[in-house]
Amino acid sequence: MKSAVVVFPGLNRDSDMIAALTKIGGTPPAVVWHQDATIPDVDLIVIPGGFSYGDYLRAGAIAARSPIMDVIRERSEKGVRILGVCNGFQILTEAGLLPGVLMRNASLKFVCREVKLEVANADTVFTRGYTAGQVIRCPVAHHDGNYFADPETLARIEDNGQVAFRYADGTNPNGSIHDIAGVFNADKSVLGLMPHPENLIESAHGGIDGRGLFNGLLDAVA
Amino acid sequence: MTIPNDTAITPQLVADHGLKPDEYQKILDLIGREPTFTELGVFSAMWNEHCSYKSSKKWLRTLPTQGPRVIQGPGENAGVVDIGDGQAVVFKMESHNHPSFIEPYQGAATGVGGILRDVFTMGARPIAAMNALRFGAPEHEKTQHLVSGVVAGVGGYGNSFGVPTVGGEVEFDARYNGNILVNAFAAGLADTDKIFYSKAEGVGLPVVYLGAKTGRDGVGGATMASAEFGDDIDQKRPTVQVGDPFTEKRLLEACLELMATGAVIAIQDMGAAGLTCSAVEMGAKGDLGIELDLDRVPVREAAMTPYEMMLSESQERMLMVLHPDKEAEARAIFEKWELDFATVGRTTDDLRFRIRWHGDEVANLPIKELGDEAPEYDRPWIAPQAPVPLATNDIPQMDVADALLKLMGGHQLSSRRWVYEQYDTLIQGNSLQTPGGDAGVVRVEGHPIKALAFSSDVTPRYCEADPYEGGKQAVAECWRNLTATGADPLAATDNLNFGNPERPEIMGQLVRAIEGIGEACRVLEFPIVSGNVSLYNETNGRGIMPTPTIGGVGLIPDWTHLARIAFAGQNQPILLIGAPPAWGTHLGQSIYLRDLFERKDGPAPHVDLVHEKKVGDFVRGLIRAGTATAVHDLSDGGLAAGLAEMAIASGIGATVSQLEGYDPIPVFFGEDQGRYLVTVALDAQSEAFHDLLNEAAVHGIFAPWIGTTGGTDLVLGNARPVAVADLRSAYEGWFPNYMAGQ
Repeated sequence: MKSAVVVFPGLNRDSDMIAALTKIGGTPPAVVWHQDATIPDVDLIVIPGGFSYGDYLRAGAIAARSPIMDVIRERSEKGVRILGVCNGFQILTEAGLLPGVLMRNASLKFVCREVKLEVANADTVFTRGYTAGQVIRCPVAHHDGNYFADPETLARIEDNGQVAFRYADGTNPNGSIHDIAGVFNADKSVLGLMPHPENLIESAHGGIDGRGLFNGLLDAVA
Repeated sequence: MTIPNDTAITPQLVADHGLKPDEYQKILDLIGREPTFTELGVFSAMWNEHCSYKSSKKWLRTLPTQGPRVIQGPGENAGVVDIGDGQAVVFKMESHNHPSFIEPYQGAATGVGGILRDVFTMGARPIAAMNALRFGAPEHEKTQHLVSGVVAGVGGYGNSFGVPTVGGEVEFDARYNGNILVNAFAAGLADTDKIFYSKAEGVGLPVVYLGAKTGRDGVGGATMASAEFGDDIDQKRPTVQVGDPFTEKRLLEACLELMATGAVIAIQDMGAAGLTCSAVEMGAKGDLGIELDLDRVPVREAAMTPYEMMLSESQERMLMVLHPDKEAEARAIFEKWELDFATVGRTTDDLRFRIRWHGDEVANLPIKELGDEAPEYDRPWIAPQAPVPLATNDIPQMDVADALLKLMGGHQLSSRRWVYEQYDTLIQGNSLQTPGGDAGVVRVEGHPIKALAFSSDVTPRYCEADPYEGGKQAVAECWRNLTATGADPLAATDNLNFGNPERPEIMGQLVRAIEGIGEACRVLEFPIVSGNVSLYNETNGRGIMPTPTIGGVGLIPDWTHLARIAFAGQNQPILLIGAPPAWGTHLGQSIYLRDLFERKDGPAPHVDLVHEKKVGDFVRGLIRAGTATAVHDLSDGGLAAGLAEMAIASGIGATVSQLEGYDPIPVFFGEDQGRYLVTVALDAQSEAFHDLLNEAAVHGIFAPWIGTTGGTDLVLGNARPVAVADLRSAYEGWFPNYMAGQ
């Protein structure tokens, strides 16, 4: 299994993601700097969390327009899986690789806490480590995670099984519409989610509920 | 406003720079002529209280700063302590009080940025942050706005930078109405053989400017921070700097990358008084002169004068002395991170600090006298009077259950969740205990079982009643909080926040608090390795409560034996280890008296340091042996509050005996020091349990079995049972309700 983590200046959960991929997958991912001309030949490309370019224009907006995104788009078209977590999710929506937008949290405040997630679609390579309807624990840490899509888009992604995770048991921390915490693109080869499964993968984290994502994915692309 | 460099220096101009007439005379004697305008600015920056410690130095010298694990004590950007395996923890705490009152978001944000920079300047990657925040009374008109802004600022910077905030304090008192306290702590991890210092070495070497560009923000900030506030405070807003965590994050990565190349000889971050302070410190410490050419300084505003450039406090900047043959390599790293890199000067052998601009020499000063030989005062002080003890029969009565519910739902003891959920507590993936416990705990990256514990503590009302005992208590409580997780307390940083030292009674508080801190640090073998002094915390002549915040670091050799405060199960005996025969006795300066009876009288509780150490070592032993299942130290609110916190954290209740023949109020709400609540998974009838009690007795420690966990109510003696759910809703309710204006 081969993976790559793309790093933009200002991302800061790259080390968490690299640690998770390494601990669960057994081999460290390739680390790609945003100015690199290309990405090695891999099965999975991950954009981790943080504050690319300080989130200064809009979360993810500047990174989404950088040249490396053309390479990611190209790879995506060739079937390489793309995962964006937190700022990575924001970058993928800004780049048009995922539907919808992520607005400022309804509370207008940054929020870091543990939430519950319901696995809305377990029939994908990303989520097959879980069962449909399973409720897992997962931490969130973000300021702009309030998912929104227009009614037409929302109906389409709901009908097409593009909702990957929903906040469950009243734990929606940011006002996301339909409690959406993570979405796929139309063919389920790209996933973006706000919560941080990479921060709940070992007993020291107080739980391993985040492992399911990596287990399913790394297994699939091995 | 641009003032030419040859401006006449009037007494008013001198006074506006915060320099006293005798200090100005010292300048004249030193340089034998009238200073230029730039030189006056340089002197005011270097000789103000903030940079020179001129009022406190005499007393700071009395603190214990050495120990077998101490690699670097005070005097550098941060303290460095050996944690074994070739690694060191690098940490410091620093105040950003005045700026945060004027502009809470940016003031707090740049406070966090400054302390992070202090840590990574030494070659350490920041791994944990804490913030000790003190605000005015909740009902004061500015408090809510300040809480909201400061918390957002702390989070805004730390979250974006990418350091977990694992602990801190939030307290309210009317004495901070006009002068809040924002004390920011940061710790980093470094290899012991790759620590970087500010002392320059070698003549004729390039002095390099790195990071963000210089603007006019914060000009005169350090001088402002050394002045009292008056009603014209809002006019000071332009002296507050603006933080850019995105640049700081890039600066961190670029600096660590550069340090790994071996190019760095000396490094100093530009904090208070920016370019002036950093250049002078590097030169003075290395017994070298420094020559700067200001035409090469990257600026973001046109027509900046030398005075402005030298005093700018623009953030996210560094000054380094580099190996000349590595300059190109260094430049490439900074260009990769899209940061400015400019050679702005060189080291010289003449011990002068020379500044050139547009071909002229605008300053030429003796560097040693500016820096490490700045003036020092032995200010007059008077010893504070200790308050009269409370009469033995002076025990204001209230129903124990009512009192507990009221206190747990009050501003002092209620949950700080509203605050810490705005901080990223999990980033880096090493957080083992986030805020809400006795200390924050993070794993040591790269080590299978080692962890570090962090706690920040001080009880200002004790310090006000008795600065000596209060100083001792701040250290002891920090030591105790670290111990309660199972950590060996290693060393501490002190952030001394006081009023105007020119008033002998304030100076007396400072002197006695430092004496108390020193005594506690000596007995507990807990040296002070870094720190910061913030004086003139007054508004219109009324000082804050003396607040010497102690930030401590402890080492946990094996985090699988980390103790937490939550009750771990049903039917576990609860021991009150280190208690006096009556379990609790001391109501003077207690939260019970203050928050339920509006009484601030009586002496501060006494800390018996020898007993403290003995009890702490015993409790740590129980944790390491795996005997203790939950541990919590007692502090504000005494035994009742400690039990309630353990119950709330777990959802498990407890039943605690009535101590016959004693008034329950001091038993449950007294704030006697050196006590821990410890639960064990032993049958109270078992031999092992009795052996444990015997062992405590052999050590001369009273450890009464006071009750047992279980059920869903907390029952304190004969008081009515209180549902843990009710305690939790009181505890969790206060902060969000307050911030929502309810």
